[in-house]
Amino acid sequence: MATFLMPILGADMSAGTLTAWLKQPGDEVRRGDIIAVVETDKADIEVEVFTGGMVEQLLVEPGTTVPVGTPLAVIRGEGEAAGAPVAAPATTAPLPPPLQPPRRLLISPSARQLAEELGVDLATVHGTGPGGRIQRTDVEEAAGAPAPAAADRQARMRQAIAAAMSRSNREIPHFYVTQTVDMSRALAWLAAENERRPLTARLLYGVLLLKAVALALREVPELNGFWAGDRAAPSERINVGVAVSLRGGGLVAPALHDTDTTSLDELMTAFRDLVQRARAGSLKSSELSDPTITVTSLGEQGVEGVLGLIFPPQVAIVGFGRVVERPWAESGELSVRPLIHASLAADHRVVDGHRAGLYLAAVDRLLQAPEQL
Amino acid sequence: MTDGELRETVLRVLGEIAPEADPTTLKPDVSFRDQLDIDSMDFLNFAIALHEELGVEIPEADYPKLATLDGCVEYLAAATR
Repeated sequence: MATFLMPILGADMSAGTLTAWLKQPGDEVRRGDIIAVVETDKADIEVEVFTGGMVEQLLVEPGTTVPVGTPLAVIRGEGEAAGAPVAAPATTAPLPPPLQPPRRLLISPSARQLAEELGVDLATVHGTGPGGRIQRTDVEEAAGAPAPAAADRQARMRQAIAAAMSRSNREIPHFYVTQTVDMSRALAWLAAENERRPLTARLLYGVLLLKAVALALREVPELNGFWAGDRAAPSERINVGVAVSLRGGGLVAPALHDTDTTSLDELMTAFRDLVQRARAGSLKSSELSDPTITVTSLGEQGVEGVLGLIFPPQVAIVGFGRVVERPWAESGELSVRPLIHASLAADHRVVDGHRAGLYLAAVDRLLQAPEQL
Repeated sequence: MTDGELRETVLRVLGEIAPEADPTTLKPDVSFRDQLDIDSMDFLNFAIALHEELGVEIPEADYPKLATLDGCVEYLAAATR
């Protein structure tokens, strides 16, 4: 028998809410099948089962919040005999919220009138005026605001990010190396490629960066993995996590699995699908748990460079800025080239400056031969 | 399609890419990227959606012509007539 546990779906996730079961007792499952949906601070995650067999018993009811590691279901392997029913884990009833004295509303007359016109419940409006006074803009925002559940999720996402980044800053001895990369060959190759491709098959330069990051990890594999308590734990697979900014704030960094062995076409398709699902709040558990390194690219925001914070328990993060045209000297000749600022933040417990420098130099070298990516 | 119909199509497609876009406040002669939080992936999806909706092939070199609402209408009007 195998026990399906509440997985860790984020660096500082301590609990998750089982939203729905997608398999029932008696259903056959294969490794990788989606078995449940779990709500986290960031999104509803489709959780995959990591063993095959038959669903023997579901232990937790939908709507229940349980700590990470709590048994959720029992999976009977092929050929195994049925087992005795397992007791459902004890779940603590949520504490009632502390009693609050009634709040006297501070609200402008025009805001009150607008709330009546728009049918907005003033008790749900957050005032941003002096002393928490509710203003017209607050009512307008509440009228067009996302449902309370979505607003709560955004707040919880911010808390989750704050916890993860605080942990990163506290526990990981970061150091940084940077490189200015000549992108002229890569962008020229990309333009020629896209000119001969239909619109639906075009590549973004971001996939060239992702592939170069992945292939360079073969040369410096200690940057591809995790810090496991007291030692480095390199990963055999290279799953590049892509930092995706979410509409309304927040970000997630789901994995593109096996980035180093995926063709550019497949990578572009997967990248496009991943970004769409990330922004729709529809990611799979393995996409959140499997990144072995993360890439953050802020070029779209117009900045020339970024020095990132590593997502624990990973040991590195690569950052890219926007492509800028600058004077460039090569072999004694001066020209203007499109350049990009690349950075590597690395965990000094795992790697030293020499190896970090070799890694970033490898990324640069790979981008000079885009046809081989 | 008339320019008005093209404008409605562009705004509808844009709304699917960037739900926060308010058609009533979108400045037609200002770049989408200066008014909305969209990136190159969003723009590619926008171009693909216009292609699928209107059957217009959009070369990469023409992307700058689609940077504004007015630019989109003008470009698509020329491409569809």
